[in-house]
Amino acid sequence: MAGLHKSEFANPVINWIDTRLPIFTMMQKEYGVFPTPKNFNYLWNFGALAMVNLMIMIITGIFLAMNYQPNTELAFGSVQHIMRDVNYGWLLRYVHQNGASMFFIVTYIHIFRGMYYGSYKNPRELLWILGVVILILMMATAFMGYVLPWGQMSYWGATVITNLFSAFPIVGPKIVTLLWGGFSVDNPTLNRFFSLHYLLPFVLVGVIFLHVAALHITGSNNPLGIDVKSPQDTLPFHPYYTVKDSVGICVYLAVFAALVFFAPNYLGDPNNFIPANPLQTPADIVPEWYFLPYYAILRSVPNKLLGVCMMFGSLLVLFVLPWLDTSRVRSARFRPIYRQLIWLWVVAVIVLGVCGAHKPEGIWVILSRVATLYYFLHFLVILPVLGKLERPLPLPESISQPVLGGRGGGPLPGSAPAKPMEKA
Amino acid sequence: MADSSAAAAAHHAPSGEVTKRDLLQLIAVAGAAIGAGAIAWPLIDSMNPSKDVLALSSVEVDLTPVTEGQGITIVWQGKPIFVRHRTAAEIKEAQDVKLSDLIEPQADSARVKAGHDQWIVLIGICTHLGCVPLGNKPSDPRGEWGGWFCPCHGSQYDTSGRVRHGPAPANLALPPYAFESDTKIKVG
Repeated sequence: MAGLHKSEFANPVINWIDTRLPIFTMMQKEYGVFPTPKNFNYLWNFGALAMVNLMIMIITGIFLAMNYQPNTELAFGSVQHIMRDVNYGWLLRYVHQNGASMFFIVTYIHIFRGMYYGSYKNPRELLWILGVVILILMMATAFMGYVLPWGQMSYWGATVITNLFSAFPIVGPKIVTLLWGGFSVDNPTLNRFFSLHYLLPFVLVGVIFLHVAALHITGSNNPLGIDVKSPQDTLPFHPYYTVKDSVGICVYLAVFAALVFFAPNYLGDPNNFIPANPLQTPADIVPEWYFLPYYAILRSVPNKLLGVCMMFGSLLVLFVLPWLDTSRVRSARFRPIYRQLIWLWVVAVIVLGVCGAHKPEGIWVILSRVATLYYFLHFLVILPVLGKLERPLPLPESISQPVLGGRGGGPLPGSAPAKPMEKA
Repeated sequence: MADSSAAAAAHHAPSGEVTKRDLLQLIAVAGAAIGAGAIAWPLIDSMNPSKDVLALSSVEVDLTPVTEGQGITIVWQGKPIFVRHRTAAEIKEAQDVKLSDLIEPQADSARVKAGHDQWIVLIGICTHLGCVPLGNKPSDPRGEWGGWFCPCHGSQYDTSGRVRHGPAPANLALPPYAFESDTKIKVG
């Protein structure tokens, strides 16, 4: 396969490079003329938003690392130094801190999009699995990043999460000692968390590259969940979806900016303004909001090992989702029962999140148990059975047909038709 | 590019003609460039000295323990500052030299504070490649002109800190300083 690429670019410099390394041809193929279903709604913005968010996190993180000291004696002070002394350090840190929350908001919506429109189904199973890997890597990165400021919540979060591994019989305590590099969370732990917190985002970049590469093999799913039948069903990615993504990016940046400039600590925990104290656990210990549902699952089970297994299981079950869902119809739009049950699952996750934020007593224990049960019931019972029982609505012949046939509208179906269904 | 050129051609006027679309495109690109600059600036500026570093911008030095012929080295902004108490012979030597003999001509009077001829205060960094010259201690090699000698590449300075032998191109720099009293200076 050796040999120069025959470049079609007119610009001589671009042509010279492209002949030897056809990156311009590749970009043109994958992001210029790439055929994309023409009926995307705004939920299809969230992959691009997550990509932008990752870039923001990496860039602000690199500059924060120039001023941060990964040492138990200095870490807390160095974060205050960033906030008070470093030029625009407050901005870098607040963007990075709230960027983590934004990243999870964007990613959770992206995952919901995949679940609502059945994007995980054949032939996109591997694409989905890579996405779950990305989610788990993101969670590990976020957890270790939260430890770095070395406040009370950092310290006790690190202690609790690493202690999860102690639940495993025989090897558990050994694993925990290995994670800590000692007999408690201490300087070696902080050093390695900093090292890994810097490394994992670049691993994420690699896995996201595979995620996008797999996407460009199968092509995108779409709100109808049916395959692209002809070129009439697609639009070139540029300018149609570069522009649509740009609109989403503007809205996303506005929300992000509002959070950073008007409520930078709204999603944080006041206990993290207290330097880490290994001798005193804060009275109310809760993880960041994006971990609350998992935390609630952990606490809803009275058995230590089982609780840990359920918590990890709530993530691992996503790996086999493509095979648990037996329905061959992708989009919830054509699955009258699934379309309602998926919202019930969302409610269960939100209930778990609320339960996670409260002390595990009284009504919150019962609620979190019911919600945990429903979470697993949805995946392990409802989805396999529903696929066999549910009678899907008739699918349109093609992406163009409902627009041209039904409404006789223009060639570009907007997001409007999707909205009423989502609210159903 | 070839594939989209057909589509693009529909929007573009024949070459050479300026259209409204060209203006819109320029405005969009200019707007994006301003935005990129606004984003880049806080990142770049965060690498400039932080407020705690800037706060270390001056130090006071008590001169009483420095006897004649002796020099001390203090630290100002992370740099060595030479403070040398010159002997009468060294002052005379520095003042009598013909300016035409110097690599960078400068009178000794321009390098000391009036009335304090015996005190020479210099930034102790060789103007060649940044080494710290020897000669502040009486036991150090001071070179042919009795000032400072740089061990890295052999540059030599006289008792006024002026370069007399290359490869250094310029005299030792003077830090900003002032006499607060006859026995106390404030550098910075």
